[in-house]
Amino acid sequence: MRVGILALQGNVREHATMLRQLKATPVEVKTEEDLDSIESLIIPGGESTTITKLLFEQNLDKKILALHHDGMPILGTCAGAIILAKSVQPNTLKTLNLMDIHITRNDYGRQIQSFEASIQAENTIGKKPLNAIFIRAPVIKKANCTILAQYNNNPVLVQEGNLLATTFHPELANDNRIHKYFLSLI
Amino acid sequence: MEEKKSSFTVKAGLAEMLKGGVIMDVVTPAQAKLAEQAGAVAVMALERVPSDIRKDGGVARMSDPRMIKDIQKSVSIPVMAKCRIGHFAEAQILEALEIDYIDESEVLTPADNKFHVKKSNFKVPFVCGATGLGEALRRIHEGAAMIRTKGEAGTGNVVEAVKHIRKITAEIHHLKKLNSEQLEIKAKHYHVPAKLLYVVKKIQRLPVVNFAAGGIATPADASLMMQLGCDGVFVGSGIFKAKNPKQVAEAIVLATTHYDNPKKLAQYSENLGAPMKGIEISKLDTKLQDRGW
Repeated sequence: MRVGILALQGNVREHATMLRQLKATPVEVKTEEDLDSIESLIIPGGESTTITKLLFEQNLDKKILALHHDGMPILGTCAGAIILAKSVQPNTLKTLNLMDIHITRNDYGRQIQSFEASIQAENTIGKKPLNAIFIRAPVIKKANCTILAQYNNNPVLVQEGNLLATTFHPELANDNRIHKYFLSLI
Repeated sequence: MEEKKSSFTVKAGLAEMLKGGVIMDVVTPAQAKLAEQAGAVAVMALERVPSDIRKDGGVARMSDPRMIKDIQKSVSIPVMAKCRIGHFAEAQILEALEIDYIDESEVLTPADNKFHVKKSNFKVPFVCGATGLGEALRRIHEGAAMIRTKGEAGTGNVVEAVKHIRKITAEIHHLKKLNSEQLEIKAKHYHVPAKLLYVVKKIQRLPVVNFAAGGIATPADASLMMQLGCDGVFVGSGIFKAKNPKQVAEAIVLATTHYDNPKKLAQYSENLGAPMKGIEISKLDTKLQDRGW
């Protein structure tokens, strides 16, 4: 199974490691042509301002939206979740406008507030708690879709059809259950 | 549910998110804004860029906190700032400002000729310069969560950064040939615990993100450093000492993403105007890379 990882900027390497563990083939996506051969797409963490600038300037958005329209699943982690959201605060950032969530950037504060915590997800992910790593993370304030995990009463793992978003970094923890679940959405 | 702040995973994690990106030196909120709009993943808040520090001479210190705070207010991307080598009081001040990353930097005048800052004592993460594997691992052992090549800051000359990344890469590769006895000796020679060397031998890269820094001035320089294995790029004087900072900043961001695509690089390198002038290394009175050990 060929899984694209949007590689304009951000944490591509660790997502690729997770995919290899699950016997999927990671494909770095930097151009429109790179999108041709993939079955699903991961939008990784990184700086959302940088990734969205490159995404829209290089016209990758239209093809990603068209592929998703034809059934391609997308996983967005941290910055990736912001890029999938229909509503972002501050609203200066353009997104793919796909998931019915309202998300606020850097809502925990600066890096000194970044943290890791043990969270309990729904049984579809697994019974053992996840070690969730939040780096200058956004907060989902409202989610009109399925909430698969919460932390301090805010959704941190959400699903809408074949779209999956996390505000933490599953690729940084040594646990590939979220990637495994994502691959099952194809 | 227990919440852990400032673990090494969390500190090194921010550097992981910066990969494939460009970190730009800025001296005003307006420059910081320009850098953010050009696609920078972070800015380094400074009173003077390295080429001016070099020109002005005298003792170079941590920047005025007011100026750092003004830059923090002006952008949403991470803001880094520099403290002098070994100056843990400057580092404490930067931590109090909630700076996102502290650069314990040879660009400033060192404050301690024996000890670097004990970085594991801090809640905010540190990036440090290195000229070789031993130096990189000593910094990581002290708690650095990100490494950059030292290169030769403020020169617009990439030759030293190339030398440093090639040296680090060769030294990592060499570990493959060593048995455990030889690794123990190497660890003594580097002044680091052997377990660090076992990790590096196995993963064949540094255990933290490694950026290029010190002399990067053009899109082609960024591509060169990425092709040599760096995870991202710091640009100091190269942007705001160029004739067209906005165009150069945007072009270096694009070149760092598409570093392996010469057709695109040709397009990004076109018509940028004069880059910063640059200095021949042999003409330097002071080599900043010799500070720290």
